[in-house]
Amino acid sequence: MDIVDLSRLQFAVTALYHFLFVPLTLGLAVLLGIMETVYVMTGRTIWRDLTKFWGTLFGINFVMGVATGITMEFQFGTNWAYYSHYVGDVFGAPLAIEGLMAFFLEATFVGIFFFGWNRMSKVGHLVITWGLALGTNLSALWILIANGWMQYPVGSRFNADTMRMEVSNFAEVLLNPVAQAKFVHTVSSGYVIGSVFVLAISAFYLLRGRHVELAKRSMTVAAGFGLAASLSVVVLGDESGYTAGQNQKMKIAAIEAEWNTQPAPASFTLIGIPDMKSHTTKYEVKIPYALGLIATRSVDEEVPGINNLVDVAKIRIKSGMIAYDALAKIKTDRKNTTLRQTLDTHVDDLGYAFLLKRFRPDVQNATQQQIDAAAASTVPDVPVLFWSFRFMVGLGFYFILLFAVAFWLSAKRKLTTYRWFLQAAFWTLPLPWIAAELGWIVAEYGRQPWIIEGVLPTALAVSGTAAANVLFSLLGFIVFYSTLLVADIYLLVKYIKLGPDKTLGHNVEENLVAAE
Amino acid sequence: MDYEILRLIWWALLGILLIGFAVMDGFDFGTGILLPFVARSDIERRVVINSVGPTWEGNQVWLILGGGAIFAAWPPLYAAAFSGFYLAMFLLLAALILRPVGFKFRSKFQSTGMRTFWDWALFVGGLVPALIFGVAFGNLFVGVPYGFDSDLRFHEEITLFSLLNPFALLAGLVSVAMHVLHGATWVSFKAEGKPGARARAVIPWAALVFFVLFTVAGYWVLQLKGYQITGAINHDGPSNPTLKTVTQVAGGWFANYKALPILWLAPLVAYLGAFLAVVLRGKPLLAWISSALVPVGTIATAGLSLFPFFLPSTSHPAQSLTVWDASSSKLTLEIMLGCVIIFLPIVLIYTAWVYRIMRGQVKAETILSDSNANY
Repeated sequence: MDIVDLSRLQFAVTALYHFLFVPLTLGLAVLLGIMETVYVMTGRTIWRDLTKFWGTLFGINFVMGVATGITMEFQFGTNWAYYSHYVGDVFGAPLAIEGLMAFFLEATFVGIFFFGWNRMSKVGHLVITWGLALGTNLSALWILIANGWMQYPVGSRFNADTMRMEVSNFAEVLLNPVAQAKFVHTVSSGYVIGSVFVLAISAFYLLRGRHVELAKRSMTVAAGFGLAASLSVVVLGDESGYTAGQNQKMKIAAIEAEWNTQPAPASFTLIGIPDMKSHTTKYEVKIPYALGLIATRSVDEEVPGINNLVDVAKIRIKSGMIAYDALAKIKTDRKNTTLRQTLDTHVDDLGYAFLLKRFRPDVQNATQQQIDAAAASTVPDVPVLFWSFRFMVGLGFYFILLFAVAFWLSAKRKLTTYRWFLQAAFWTLPLPWIAAELGWIVAEYGRQPWIIEGVLPTALAVSGTAAANVLFSLLGFIVFYSTLLVADIYLLVKYIKLGPDKTLGHNVEENLVAAE
Repeated sequence: MDYEILRLIWWALLGILLIGFAVMDGFDFGTGILLPFVARSDIERRVVINSVGPTWEGNQVWLILGGGAIFAAWPPLYAAAFSGFYLAMFLLLAALILRPVGFKFRSKFQSTGMRTFWDWALFVGGLVPALIFGVAFGNLFVGVPYGFDSDLRFHEEITLFSLLNPFALLAGLVSVAMHVLHGATWVSFKAEGKPGARARAVIPWAALVFFVLFTVAGYWVLQLKGYQITGAINHDGPSNPTLKTVTQVAGGWFANYKALPILWLAPLVAYLGAFLAVVLRGKPLLAWISSALVPVGTIATAGLSLFPFFLPSTSHPAQSLTVWDASSSKLTLEIMLGCVIIFLPIVLIYTAWVYRIMRGQVKAETILSDSNANY
């Protein structure tokens, strides 16, 4: 493997690992806020104990999210140095604002959440808990503004004197429609994970007949919140699909394995076996009109197919070569205005010329064959996207069903009646993580070969460090992270098994009986 | 606002954020380094760990923010420093990951072996960052081999071994001494009983070591070649580090001090802080405030000496990154400055509030009475 593959693998491994913890933090923080609010409003101590018990599990998870988040921030610099140089002017700002506005808040408040119970008023502590939840959600907002810009780089322009992208309109970066859609979709998926976590562990207690009062209350909160969240994930996932349809046509085409443009409205391929070599999909099962509706929200707009988009890429590469040629000449003739005008005319396609670098370093002189190869390289891995997307969406609909049943049972006060439901709820535990990770694979693997869509190819964005260094750090991360995961899961299981009574040092349910 | 002024402000802000990091996260590192030595029994160790328990997480954000600010305001520096120091950064990361996990997990394990393991993890998690940050600063004075091609792609011939040159190691030790001192005043202030007393006894020694090493480092810098930009400097120019010429002068890192003698206040503050920490060690809070002056003075001393250079290049001196050619665009600097003006005061206010809520010494009884909530 070369440095590009190693760096991509390391980023993928560390990002997917980081995202095991982040969504649970997002979801549990809000659930803690809800539980503690009930405590403050009703004054019943079982709700305080609930908050503290789930808070203990939250804390074990939170610290892993914090620890692995530092890696993410460092890696842009260590492994993607040219990326950092090329887009730091735009991409760095939301990351820095995230630290200043959001991460400071959550990290400062999280200590008081645990240590402040006896040091402040009930309402004061509630403010801390909601501040913590707000901080985690704002964190996600800024990170997804940064990520949204990678998918749809608005509000910026290329500067030939500094050889990089620079902000031209910060409001556009902030209000990027892709970022907004991704934010709500991602945060909702975190709420689903938090709700499934609480639901599944509560189901475990009910199956064993332990901590029944605590588990029933937890389940009721998780059912309501989870139902709203799982509906929101799917609805806003659709919004994500729509915005991607507008801006990342290749990603949509790859997800749908739509090789050639169909007459509008396009049908949706439910399942099938896409083949990268022949550019066909075997054994297709299609739903008429559905793709057109999802991607364009109309019946008359076309959804362009992969082969057609490759043809568009060829045109853009040729235009980009003109920009590249002008840029190369500007470097030795900085005051030439004609060259700068030529660059300006073709600058939007400059990134497409960079795609040629893999095939020939002196991009201006590429042959038609090399142009065709570079255009073909804009097609991401269709089968992976096709299946990742379908599993993710399938799981999304399953969560709606699960929470709807849980909600109905809790409304009927029959949560403990059906063992099959409790067992289903328990075994659902790992599924939302799988869905969330698949979501990232669709979003980021589907962006390839671009690191910034249409602006900078991933292969050009790496650092100049030795591949051996990256191999060393990759192996280091795998060993180190695996060990930590073992410790993390060990502690979570330990505290779940101990249950609230032993964790909190008093009999939670006796207090409840005493109170009533 | 002028691009030139904005760049100056962001140079100062970078210094302030690094100082914020060294002051706030610094005593956490120092506490980690001291942990195995000032606390012997399990409960003593828990007292020391809980002395930073509620606040280390917030303190660590100074580092995250420092990294983010370099990324946003000085992207070429971020790209060069992070990828150039690749393996050192990996070691730093490993230590910084071990530390949070160590705090949270340590007392959740029951076995003595596991707890001892995590105690040493916290020691490493404090020592390694303190050492690496010092070594990194030392290398700024020595310079590292790097340059840029015409696409401004960064290339380097830096190895982990070359970063561990004698001067950089000395700077690393200065940093460790500074962190131990700052941690010792904190533990002495915050931890009740024997650990506090043992930490108090460390203060004079840490201060003495800092005093000696900092002085030796200063004398050594006098022998090093300093960098200076020659010819007309374009303060408002594009951020392109390949458009200037640079010369190297023996003792050149003292040029700013010669031109502006008031700058000598910076090393004076560092010395004064170390001195007062010893004198005032009977009044723990004042001693801690004094030892906080040490990183303030030390980082300011280094920054003022290097200005306008960030990271001098030994192989392509003319391409060394400086304040005038390694910044973000004017618009980005303006936006980010606005964010700092709005949010940094808010951060300081709620941080102060949290410290107020958690005021008072950490006692063994409190920890044992609520074993779940405490570390």
